[in-house]
Amino acid sequence: MIKVMDLHKYFGELEVLKGVNASVEKGEVVCVIGPSGSGKSTFLRCLNLLEEPTKGEVYLDGVSILEHKKDIDKLRQKTGMVFQQFNLFPNMTVIENIMLAPRKALKMSEPDARKRAAELLARVGLTEKADQYPSRLSGGQKQRVAIARALAMDPEIMLFDEPTSALDPEMVGEVLEVMKQLAREGMTMVVVTHEMGFAREVSNRVFYMDEGIIYEEGTPEQIFQNPTKTRTREFLSKVL
Amino acid sequence: MNYFYDIVRAFSDGIFLTLIKDDRYTYLVKGFSSSIVITLLSAVIGVILGLLIAVFRLRGKGILSAIANGYITVIRGTPAVVQLTIIYFVILGQSGLSDVLVASVAFGINSGAYVAEIIRAGIMAVDRGQMEAGRSLGLSYSQTMVSIIIPQAIKNVLPALGNEFIVLLKETSVAGYIGVKDLNKGGTTIASVTYDYMVPALCVAYIYLLMTTSMAAAISKLERRMQRSD
Repeated sequence: MIKVMDLHKYFGELEVLKGVNASVEKGEVVCVIGPSGSGKSTFLRCLNLLEEPTKGEVYLDGVSILEHKKDIDKLRQKTGMVFQQFNLFPNMTVIENIMLAPRKALKMSEPDARKRAAELLARVGLTEKADQYPSRLSGGQKQRVAIARALAMDPEIMLFDEPTSALDPEMVGEVLEVMKQLAREGMTMVVVTHEMGFAREVSNRVFYMDEGIIYEEGTPEQIFQNPTKTRTREFLSKVL
Repeated sequence: MNYFYDIVRAFSDGIFLTLIKDDRYTYLVKGFSSSIVITLLSAVIGVILGLLIAVFRLRGKGILSAIANGYITVIRGTPAVVQLTIIYFVILGQSGLSDVLVASVAFGINSGAYVAEIIRAGIMAVDRGQMEAGRSLGLSYSQTMVSIIIPQAIKNVLPALGNEFIVLLKETSVAGYIGVKDLNKGGTTIASVTYDYMVPALCVAYIYLLMTTSMAAAISKLERRMQRSD
């Protein structure tokens, strides 16, 4: 579903990604872990061209997204993204946040979009918040709305950029629960996270990123119980 | 006592001569409506132009951005009354447009430069994540700008925009230079007949003050409405 070949990204002189190769199959849940500054978020953001790779190839459903930059809006509709800072639209109510993209990008009618948004809100357990503004919500609720908003475009794959890092500890659980539910329903997911418990329990594969590449990858058992490389072992001994 | 009586007498005579005799108040009424029309039209032109120019400048490169920069430099660097004169006598003089319309275009072009800078500041104050969120949902750059960024930007800068509209309204008082019978011109026309400048000037000032204070009140009402989401 996603194939990444020899991905490089420079910010000025600084080379953040130094040749990343990866693939994600349909229905897979991949967690990306690693120390700060290892390029995890940059890698994720290259998958929907929020960052433009300096060199390399990214294929989505076999289509090179770098060769089809003109169609990037269409391609991005296949990839939902959830941000660390939620990025809800503060001037719109919760339900308007969810309805906006289907209305504007898919030209869905207002009653259809509203119906769909209500279903998604029910799915993340926030039906009663539909007409509130985001400023009235807790962090965990905001992130669940953000997930619903991304799902409204019916994406084939969901990208999560440290979705629980900005949350108070007591709110992490409710967001992870929604994500687990999504995984059980078979959504393809790439999750950059510091939640090792989630990575171990939910993911099919784990990418350990370090020094701008995918340093080690494997099943959660392989990575968490028998990491083969020293740096992976060192990182895990610090966070577990 | 006599002195006080003289002042009151002078004033009431002045009011009679300025407003009542020969229905002279109609100069002020007609001038008032011209001033309102010019202000409203030029505010609309200014906001549309300002939005476009702000976005052109933000995109940062290319010919559109160069045009935007040149426009702002020239308009901010020359007096409005000179721009009005040039637009009326040099550019639109032979167009057959009414002088109110020409004045509206001139003041709209003038205001656009200031509005552009205000809105540009407002757009830059909107969190980067808002654009990323819009784009990640598959909205285009312009859809994201129109639906997400610009509404938040305008909310950010509403006080500054209100200020600009008040400045604009007062600036329209030079429209008389090209023969528009605006409020200020109405006052001076009356004075040129009665040879009394005090009463017409005070009336004109009072009407401008009424207009600017109601404008300020309308803007604060709008501000409060937009704060619902805070």
